Amino acid sequence: MPGWLYRRLGDRLFSALVVGLALGVVLAALAIVWVLYQGGREALHTFGFLGFLTGSRWDAVRGEFGAWPPLLGTLLTSAAALFLAFFPALSAALFVVEFAPRALKGAVAYLIDLLAALPSVVYGLWGIFVLVPLVRERVELPLFTWAAAHAPGLLAFLGPPTGIGMLSAILVLALMIVPYASALARDALALVPQSQREAMYALGATRWEVIRRVVIPYARAGIFSGVVLALARALGETMAVTMLIGNSVNLPYTLFGPAATMASLIANEFTEAEDDLHLSALIAVGFVLLLIALATNLVAAWVLRRMSLGEGRK
Amino acid sequence: MEGRYRMETQRLSVYYGKHHGVRGVSLPVHDRKITALIGPSGCGKTTFLRALNRMHDLNPIVRVEGRVLLDGEDVYAPEVDPVVVRRRVGMVFQRPTPFPTMSIFENVVAGLRLVGVRDRKRLMEAAERALRMAALWDEVKDRLHQPAVGLSGGQQQRLSIARALAVEPEVLLMDEPTSALDPISTQAIEDLLATLKDEVTIVIVTHNMQQAARVSDYTAFFLDGELVEFDRTEKIFTNPKDPRTEAYITGRFG
Repeated sequence: MPGWLYRRLGDRLFSALVVGLALGVVLAALAIVWVLYQGGREALHTFGFLGFLTGSRWDAVRGEFGAWPPLLGTLLTSAAALFLAFFPALSAALFVVEFAPRALKGAVAYLIDLLAALPSVVYGLWGIFVLVPLVRERVELPLFTWAAAHAPGLLAFLGPPTGIGMLSAILVLALMIVPYASALARDALALVPQSQREAMYALGATRWEVIRRVVIPYARAGIFSGVVLALARALGETMAVTMLIGNSVNLPYTLFGPAATMASLIANEFTEAEDDLHLSALIAVGFVLLLIALATNLVAAWVLRRMSLGEGRK
Repeated sequence: MEGRYRMETQRLSVYYGKHHGVRGVSLPVHDRKITALIGPSGCGKTTFLRALNRMHDLNPIVRVEGRVLLDGEDVYAPEVDPVVVRRRVGMVFQRPTPFPTMSIFENVVAGLRLVGVRDRKRLMEAAERALRMAALWDEVKDRLHQPAVGLSGGQQQRLSIARALAVEPEVLLMDEPTSALDPISTQAIEDLLATLKDEVTIVIVTHNMQQAARVSDYTAFFLDGELVEFDRTEKIFTNPKDPRTEAYITGRFG
């Protein structure tokens, strides 16, 4: 076989392999969307898409399924966790890039990254055995007793101080997403050219002014990417939340009381779904979750494009 | 006698770790004159320049010894805040450094914002004044609120100069400000230097001997971290005392 033929054959084989595998990934993604839609169609038809989204009762016994309670649970826990995680994550990134002595940088960054490597179920166990008692004794009970004595109006908002519920889930979720937000922020901060910092120092800026006016704005796209990744992680996180949130789809939710997220609801009820409608409703919840993740990514991509530096927008 | 010059270094040494980058340099900087620092690559002229406004403080492995007097006072004295030194002694770098998230206007007033100037009218007046001094006003006056990164390289460098001038420094340090620019932009900046020296004392590091000869009043020749010769520019370029200076300016090395 002549050399050129051999080479060209190899080239073609390689191209075909790459294109084929890439198409396979795309097809798998589309297939997932299709299967979720098909599986959830019965529920979506029975209640209507909007009716399913906004229905506030999820009652398997009566065969009534509305996705609003778990949807609300997902949005509340994710938003609250993101809010709690953002500043610690950014601070950790700033510490590693701007403040830590060289010898400490690597170790701190490694430990933060390690948080992402812990399996979700380990967070759940830690939550049940350590965080839940702590939250119950040190946060919920004191607040509850105080509110009972001084501000009874708050009690309806606080809910039962059992430790298992929304607050514990939010705290663990926040801890779980810190490394994602932090790692991307750290990379973005480390990429800020030293010349940018020096230019600001040369104008008579303090270290804090350099960070606030130059470093963070320069890195904002990367910081935002980290936030989006953390949010995506929070929206879909299943195991630890299921173990801690108490799994109740009965509205109204309270801060301390049990609740459910879309992911925790699916994980919790999938094995017990007796009839087709119940199963279909669970798959439809998965479909909604997928839509939300998709929407988050689209919005994020749009914001990122507007944020990106350089000549793009003149 | 102290306070005779706008700035003056006395036996200034800078160490990068163990490397002795600047070796006991004593150099006067005359008020409202342009002092050029020339010498081959690695001769310590940029290192020397950065010692004048305490930029080396940002790098923990660098150590500075000796004195740097600004109006007769040592800027390295323990009670002196480096932030204040850098406000009085501004700096323009080799490459333009516009802040990419800010508009042209915000870039120019960035230093004023640091000292808490909020008044819109005052900021606008300062921006116009600085941009006029930097010979950039006519080119950008209609797009002050557009991103600074949309400017050409030469415009960005003049913007960096305007930004440094906006805080009204007493001394302006320039580290090879035209080395990344094309000849026309270089010409624009050299013309600008001639007008600036009425208001501000300038110390400029340059690779380009012709540039030093064209723009400066005084020239210092550095070699291996040492100051070989300092004199009026025409003296250095016509009748240098040291044979090494002569060798350098006649192009026999470096």
